[in-house]
Amino acid sequence: MSTTNAPHPVAAGDRPMPPVAWLSSVALCLVIVGGIVLASDAPRAAPLGLVTAFLIVAIALMVMAAGMLVRIKEFAWATFGVVFKWALLAYVVVSGMIEFAFVHDHTRGSSLVLVTLMLTVFALSVPTTIAFTTARFVDPT
Amino acid sequence: MVGATIPSQAHVRQKIQVVPLAGLPVVAVAVVFVALSIGFNWRWGLMFNHVVGGGLWTGIDLFVGFVIGPILGGLSIPARAEFAARFMPKMVIIMPTVVMMTLATGFQVARQAGNLAASSPNHAWLIVSFCVVGVMAAVALSVLEPANIAVLYEMNKPVPNGERIGRLMKRFIYTAGITGAMQIATLIIMTRLGSR
Repeated sequence: MSTTNAPHPVAAGDRPMPPVAWLSSVALCLVIVGGIVLASDAPRAAPLGLVTAFLIVAIALMVMAAGMLVRIKEFAWATFGVVFKWALLAYVVVSGMIEFAFVHDHTRGSSLVLVTLMLTVFALSVPTTIAFTTARFVDPT
Repeated sequence: MVGATIPSQAHVRQKIQVVPLAGLPVVAVAVVFVALSIGFNWRWGLMFNHVVGGGLWTGIDLFVGFVIGPILGGLSIPARAEFAARFMPKMVIIMPTVVMMTLATGFQVARQAGNLAASSPNHAWLIVSFCVVGVMAAVALSVLEPANIAVLYEMNKPVPNGERIGRLMKRFIYTAGITGAMQIATLIIMTRLGSR
């Protein structure tokens, strides 16, 4: 396979970019920790205050990441869209399976709402990280 | 070839299929099998998915982390790129599937075995295993997988940037080592749980 180390005319990926992947990754870590707290207490009621706090911070980070993302002037949006779409499909299936397991195990009420929201953050954060990491190295033109 | 560009060869190079579509029916079968096993509390199905998925996940992570990773680290960047072009699309399909099989059914197996109950002597070990899986998930989903996909996209360009591929592959090599080490912890925890 031929590769080159010579400087490219447009060094996509070497331009400074906002920390979108960092924010979505930290959001992912927070929902993972929240998930561990919830699962550790199942089938008893988990400390919902702690989990809610993790979730709120995770959602705030995702909103910040989205805000930074849409402000990027030159970006390979087509590549971002394709990768995001496929990754979203995969992680919606994974999240759906986890949600199904919790519903099947009679998780109800506030706990189920928290699980659903955390899985939504999970299903959005992973595709965001993957699509951003891929698109930042693609020439926007 | 590092530092050299041969456009004619580069252009005839086959496009890499990032997601191998031929593997999707197998994934669909696994998803349906896991869903039915959970839905019907099918004990054998749950155990099968958990043991097969977990065995493959652990085996692949250890092999990649401690055998493939160091070998890749010693190869030239074009050789790494050649290997990655064939290896990574398969990992894109295999890893999420075995992880989904293992985790979705593992929780049900733990519930049926009574290990989720706080009074269970296995409860603490179970929580430790959740934490180990959490670390692996965070590393794999926020570092390893994005790097894999970015490498594949870079290699699909008419003239891939070898330096960039090398940088992204380094992430792959280091994180594969971390998940390999985490899998050793998983082996200790799971054999401990199974023998109590």
